[in-house]
Formats: sequence, structure tokens, C-alpha cells
Amino acid sequence: MTINRRLQLHALPVGTVLLAAFILWYLLAFALNASGVIDRVLAPRGPWTSGDLIYASLNASRPLLPAPHQLMVDIWNSITGWPVTSPRTLLLHTWVTASAALTGFAMGVVLGVLLAICIVHSRTLDKALMPWIVASQTIPVLAIAPIVLIILGSVGITGLLPKATIAMYLCFFPVTIATVQGLRSPQKMEMELVYTYAARRLDTFWMVRLPSSLPYLFPAFRVAIASGLVGTMVAELPTGAQAGLGARLLTGSYYGNTLQIWSALVMASLLGLFLTGLVTLTERLVIRQRKGA
Amino acid sequence: MKTKAIPGTFFVVSAFVLAVLALIQLSLMPHAVPALSANALLLVVTTLLACSTRRLCSTLFAVSLAVSAAWLISLPYHALSTAVLALLAMVSVQRLAQASTPAGAVAALLGLWFILFWQILVTGYAVPQVILPAPIDILAALVDSMSLLAGDLVQTVVKSVLIGYLLGCGLGIGVALLIDRVPFLQRGLLPVASLTSTIPLVGVAPIAVMWFGFDWPSKAAVVILVTFFPALVSTLAGLKASGKLEQELMYCYAATPRQRLLMLRLPAALPFIFSALKVNATLALITAIVAEYFGSPTAGLGFRISTESARMHMPVVWSAILVSSLAGSLIYALLVRLDRRVNFWHPSLRGDAAAK
Repeated sequence: MTINRRLQLHALPVGTVLLAAFILWYLLAFALNASGVIDRVLAPRGPWTSGDLIYASLNASRPLLPAPHQLMVDIWNSITGWPVTSPRTLLLHTWVTASAALTGFAMGVVLGVLLAICIVHSRTLDKALMPWIVASQTIPVLAIAPIVLIILGSVGITGLLPKATIAMYLCFFPVTIATVQGLRSPQKMEMELVYTYAARRLDTFWMVRLPSSLPYLFPAFRVAIASGLVGTMVAELPTGAQAGLGARLLTGSYYGNTLQIWSALVMASLLGLFLTGLVTLTERLVIRQRKGA
Repeated sequence: MKTKAIPGTFFVVSAFVLAVLALIQLSLMPHAVPALSANALLLVVTTLLACSTRRLCSTLFAVSLAVSAAWLISLPYHALSTAVLALLAMVSVQRLAQASTPAGAVAALLGLWFILFWQILVTGYAVPQVILPAPIDILAALVDSMSLLAGDLVQTVVKSVLIGYLLGCGLGIGVALLIDRVPFLQRGLLPVASLTSTIPLVGVAPIAVMWFGFDWPSKAAVVILVTFFPALVSTLAGLKASGKLEQELMYCYAATPRQRLLMLRLPAALPFIFSALKVNATLALITAIVAEYFGSPTAGLGFRISTESARMHMPVVWSAILVSSLAGSLIYALLVRLDRRVNFWHPSLRGDAAAK
């Protein structure tokens, strides 16, 4: 496929959709902010033209829906305007959230893979645990976030770990399910072959089961890290956390500071894209290495 | 003749040793409760019964295990007896798993044991209610605040979740069907819609509260947003899932695009749509509860959980969580059942039916 053709197939439609979303956003921002702006800014100043109205509603100080350029300016200012350690910069909050999400993700992956290994090797655990693991996902897991925070807080664990625990709770499920599926994916022929070699369970695991589970693992990791991020942000809500994107959302909604909410949201989305991209990159590296070997 | 070892020999042996130790310890204690000694004796008998897997012995084992477990709850806490019971519980779960029982029964037994030991340990070690209330306290709180929780359930599940879920999934499926004939839009929307799965959309909740007020419309709006994209992506994927052979057959029949959609492609897409519906059901409930953390009227499961946990009324919090879990599981189970009925032809479900 030539580059030109690829451009036509993908970039053009995606670009069109994004452009349409952008224009729609501006129109919505104008429609939502116009009446408020007329009341608060334009009417007291006397006569105004439609040009004034458009300019004012897209640059309102407390807009119902900020225009994209306002957001960009706000994020840019909050990143460059302050030193990295200042609580006013979004980078610090993003880092606080990202570190908790990544810790939780790591814990979730370890727990999920360990559980899956136990389940694959023990019929009792498969029958006794698997239904509960599946059922645990129909439970609104985030509802227990306040409880986990209180329990861990009363034991004296605060800061990053409680948030990471909640992220872990959300992460482990997709990993467990996919790993069980992956570890069971070797064909009967392959399993019988290693059986004729009199391979021990451990060898079978390293040489057959684990390699063939890799294609199942990475998609699960992508899902897990995305839900881990949501878990971390929700965990930042009820603690009255001082830092973190979730805390920014909450304080923003307390003080009616819409720009702050929206910038936190944009940063959270970028962080989500970044973390998922990281997993995809790791996947490419691992798979390429395996193909090369 | 070589006999097959009974499953869980290690557990049975250690249970026997511990049970005898418990009996000795209780007989040496000057002020021991006589009932505890009697129960320890029963535990020894139970352990002996576990040594055989004959039908009669298994039945007697189950009965005496149940009796001693129920008895132990009402007795003062005794660590050794509890440990023996735990070991025997493991044996019982293992035995049930070895027998050809459905997986649900084994899991149910495990859940039952879990709740029982939760009760025994929490009361035995006098864990403060703030950290972990006993199951009985949670049940009592559930009965006490039944009407309150019923109101919360209506507020959260019936109003926010149901309306948002139906609108969100309906819109997602509808848009997918609308752009079915426009490949340009499909290629443009699909990557964007897939990317939204990496974005924490719940964060829109404070904005929705600002736009639509504290009551359920703001929660429903967030639920719509969250459920829309999975429904759209899965439906688009499902509409491409029909086999080439069938498509060519429809072509031979000179079927119109509408006929092709209704008779072939939509039915073929149903398994995909249902998997999105199932994912969305849990997602919608979680989203509605979290959205209530950002401000809500004085009802709703999320509101109850956040306010009561701030007031340290943990049994109420746990019972609210119990109610929301039950609601979530119920909705999910309904969808699974509907899925089985509608998509009975799909290989993944056919295999399932054959296994049963």
C-alpha cells in the first residue's frame, strides 16, 4: 500500500471526523456560553455587536464549556508557568496519578498472572475461584473505593498505596481471564508432545504455555491499564487527596472552576493514551524479539 | 493392590493433629466452656470421617462438618478449633470440586465458608466495625435501612442507569447502523471511538453535574457517554462479521442492502452487540455510582456510600455495596440469559450447551 493510498484510507476520514468534532465543540461553546456572557459581561457594558458576542463567549472566564484554545492556553500556562514541584502545575498532578496507576497496574499484573497460573494448574481452584472472579466484575468495584481507603488508612497506610490497591483491583480481572485463556491455548498436539518428552510441569509452563499466552496478555494489559487509571482517579476523590488529577476534578467542581476540570480531563485523556501507547510499544518489542529469536 | 490416595491427605492429617491438640488444650484449661470441648470432639470425629471417600462416610462428613461449623459460630472464639474447621473446609471444597458437580456449587460452597470465617474471625478478634463489620451486622443494617436503600436503588439503578444505558446503547447501535453505508465515516469514527476506551470518561461527571443539575439526568448523561462508544465499536465490528459464503448467497438472491442487513448481517452482529451490552451493564452501574460522588440529591447508592463512610457507619456502607452488587449481578445474569436465547446458534454458546 503506497503512502498516498494509506493517507486516503485512514488519515483523511479520521482528520475529517476530528475537524468536525472541533467545529462542533466551538459551536457548542458559543451556544452554551452566549446567554451567560450577555448577562454578565456584555449587557453591563452597553451596546454590543455580534462580533463582540462571539469573541466574549469563546473567551469567558468561567465558561460552561471552554473553547479548545482556552484549554490549550490553560494547560500550557499550568505546565510552563510554575516549577515542576509546585502544586499549581498539572505535571505534578499527572505524575501523582500516573505513578499510582502504574504501581497498581504492576501489582494487578502480578496478582492476575499468579491467580491464572494457580487456576490453570488446579482443578479445585478453577471450579471454586473462577466463578467468583467473573462475578467480581459485575460488582461495582469502585463502590468499595472509600472502604479500602478507610481500612488501609486506619492501618496507617496512606499516600500512594491505597490508590494503587484500588487500581490493582480493577487491573487484575482482565489479566487473570486473558492469562487463563492464554495458558490454556496450546494445542493438544503440543501438550502431548511435551508429555512424551516427560517434561516437568515447570518446563511445560516456560516452554509451551507462557509463550503461547503472550498474544492474549497484551490486549488484556491495554484494558487493564486504562481501567487502572480510572480506578486511581476515583480513589483520589473521597480521600480529599491533595494532589492528583482526580483531586483536581473534585476541587474544580467544588469551586465551579470549569477550566480546571476540563484541563484535568484533557490531561487524564492524554495520560490514558500515553499509558496505552506504552503497553503497545512493549508488545511490539516483545513480539519482535520473539520473532527474531 | 495399590489404593488411590484420598484427595487432600495433607489437610486431613494436619486437621486431625490440630483437632487432637485442641481437645488436649481444652481439657487442660481450668475454666473451659464444656461445649467447646464437645465441639472439638465432634471435629475429631469429622476428621476421621474425612479419611474415607465412601458415599456413607462422605455424607456423614458433610453433615457433621455443617453441624460443627454452625455450632462454632455461637461458641466463644477458640483459635485451634477454628483452624481445624478451616482445614476441613478446604477438604470439603476440594472433594466437591473432584466430584462432577457444576462449577457454581463449588464456588457457592467457597463463598459460604468465606462468609462463615469472616464472621468467626471478626467477632473472635473483635475487629473494630470501622475496619470490617461482621456479616451479621451488615445483614442487620440491610434490614434496618431497607426502605432507605430501596429508594437509593430506584434513584441510581432505575433512573440513572436504566435510562442512560438504554439511550447510550441505543444511540451507539443506531449510529453504527446509520453509518453502515458510509465507509468514509466508518473509517473516520472507528479509530476515534476505539481510542475513547483509554480515556477516563467518568471524569466528565462534575461537568455533567454543572450542566444538568444534581438529579439523575446528569448521571444518565455520563452513562450515555460511557456506554455509547463500546456499543458503536462492537456493532461496527459485528456488522463485518458475517461469513463470505453467506454474503455471496445473499448476492445470488439479488437481496437488497436492507434485506442483507436485516436477514444476514444484523443477526450475525448480535453476539458482538450482546458482548457490548454485557460490558456496558457493569460499566453503567459503576459510572452512575461514581458520578454521584460529585454531587447528588440525598438519595442514590453512590451518595449513600460516600456519606455513610464519611460518618463511619460502615455496616450501612457495606449493605449499600451489597445491594449494588446484587443489582449488577442480576442485570448481568439477565443479559447472559437473553444472550443464550438469542444467540443460541453461535459456536461459543453451542459448545457451552453441549458441555452441559
